[in-house]
Amino acid sequence: MTAQPLVKHDAALPTGGPHPHRTAGRLGRALPLVPSVLLLATFLLGPVIWSFYGSFTNSALSGPNAKNPQFIGLKNYVDLMNDPVFPLSLIVTLVFVIVSAIIGQNVLGMSIALLMQRANHVVGSIVGTLVVAAWVLPEIVAAFIAYAYFSNDGTLNQLLALIGVTGPNWLFSFPMVAIILANVWRGTAFSMLVYQAALQDVPTEITEAAMVDGAGGVQRLIYITLPMIKTSISTNLMLITLQTLSVFTLIWVMTKGGPASASSTLPVLAYHEAFQFGDIGYGTAIATIMLVVGAIFATIYVLLLRSEDQVK
Amino acid sequence: MTAPITKAGPGTSSRASRRASGVSVALPGKAVPRLLANVILIVIGLCFLIPLVWMVLASIDPKASYQTQVPQSFTLSNFSAVLTPELAFGPLWNSLLLSLGTAVITVVVAVLAAYPLSRYQARYNKPFMYTVLFGTTLPITAIMVPVYSLFVQFNLLDSLWGVILFMSAAALPIAIWMAKNFMDSVPISLEEAAWVDGASAMKALRVIVVPLMRPGIAVVFIFVFIQAWGNFFVPFILLLSPSKQPAAVSIYAFFGQYGAIAYGQLAAFSILYSVPVIVLYVIISRGVGGSFALAGAVKG
Repeated sequence: MTAQPLVKHDAALPTGGPHPHRTAGRLGRALPLVPSVLLLATFLLGPVIWSFYGSFTNSALSGPNAKNPQFIGLKNYVDLMNDPVFPLSLIVTLVFVIVSAIIGQNVLGMSIALLMQRANHVVGSIVGTLVVAAWVLPEIVAAFIAYAYFSNDGTLNQLLALIGVTGPNWLFSFPMVAIILANVWRGTAFSMLVYQAALQDVPTEITEAAMVDGAGGVQRLIYITLPMIKTSISTNLMLITLQTLSVFTLIWVMTKGGPASASSTLPVLAYHEAFQFGDIGYGTAIATIMLVVGAIFATIYVLLLRSEDQVK
Repeated sequence: MTAPITKAGPGTSSRASRRASGVSVALPGKAVPRLLANVILIVIGLCFLIPLVWMVLASIDPKASYQTQVPQSFTLSNFSAVLTPELAFGPLWNSLLLSLGTAVITVVVAVLAAYPLSRYQARYNKPFMYTVLFGTTLPITAIMVPVYSLFVQFNLLDSLWGVILFMSAAALPIAIWMAKNFMDSVPISLEEAAWVDGASAMKALRVIVVPLMRPGIAVVFIFVFIQAWGNFFVPFILLLSPSKQPAAVSIYAFFGQYGAIAYGQLAAFSILYSVPVIVLYVIISRGVGGSFALAGAVKG
């Protein structure tokens, strides 16, 4: 079991190997790849290309522009730049990703994994199960639970009342706080599992040697453990960033992006523009921007793994 | 949700804790940090548990609200109220069709693709695997608007098959990745014997490789199934008629209509809908994993 997502297998394993059918040409051997190539090209590559093209049209949900959209050049992008909601949505997305994923899930996941090494085994596995439970539930169920928890007469305010505080209407007054906490609750399991696996692969000898040399717990963490799992940290950060970037259901059920656009991340905004205002072209322009942002992160992720040479 | 499966699920940290206890023997005075670690973990655990408690208690409470409260009387009426053909059975059946269809297509296509990638050295292997890796990170939410346009152009809107094919394509990158890694760990020597006997590559795959990597296939299958079962956004956008919608979407419609009154039923419905994936997750993390170590399955 290695920490890294992409597991390097035994070097002795025969990629290549002898050729079963010398008569069958190279093309014949690639034949089993055809169904996957067709599916990926039609349903993933197709929409991505369509996204770039569609963002230059005035395609609409209904009416004459639904079936025969016109090419309108950069108008959607110009409109986006002039739309006050768009910069707000960018900021909301950025805050959501940084606070709930990069800080929240990442740090909490790492902390839980580190604490588990110290703590009682039974306590560790029970807490691990609870953290994973929030993550295994279907997203719509997790979203309802979060909605109930943060609603005005919900559990959080009930708990606050116990200590004499009258809680606010979280979903309305502090929608960002609510969706960020909900996303930390929902997604921390991923980081925890990654770091649990990574920490198991740090050889005890090294940390013990450092301990003999007099390094304290914090020093050992900063100078030994963290550098040794840095690949796991960077891949985890990339993946949770991309996952959080595409969170829709949680926000949609909890706040619908509101009030006004106060918690409207890019996916919610794209949905709103495309399917509620019926402006598919405009929504597609937002989708294209998300794709570009996602592609940048994905490229960094792939390059990171390639530097480790884990793809054969 | 991009859900990875790692061997290091809850309860597999025994190695780590054994190590930690060894350390504490070497250094006396570690008892306090250990107690502190336990206390902090318990607090974190409670924070994760409390929101879940509401769903369980509300589902058996005849007077449920959004508050977490111990029911004054116990009832199963919330469950019986939602266990009707229109509310639960139809949508759950649709969920099953969607998830099974997606999982079967994805696994078959992924295993087929994994064979040449795992067994032959070809120039396209590396670029293909990099493309697949890139594809695993594609934010599906980002392409739903263009996917909708595409479905309109191809007249696939409201088609169960269209949704199944799209969800299969979306699951394929990670499935190919996992299948190739699992296949890499099946020794090639047995196939060599079959090749000598004149078996074709496809026959070797079917008769030798697939049976040997059955646990791996089960992992990919369950993994894809869980994701499809929990998916809300894709059917929400692409399926229009209520009779075709899976539980994720129908539960949302139910919530929209009755969410403010029928809390208990909402909770009961949520539990019924969640149980299958919880069971599958337990199977995958405890059972099937086993000796096969889900190493190849870890995406992140």
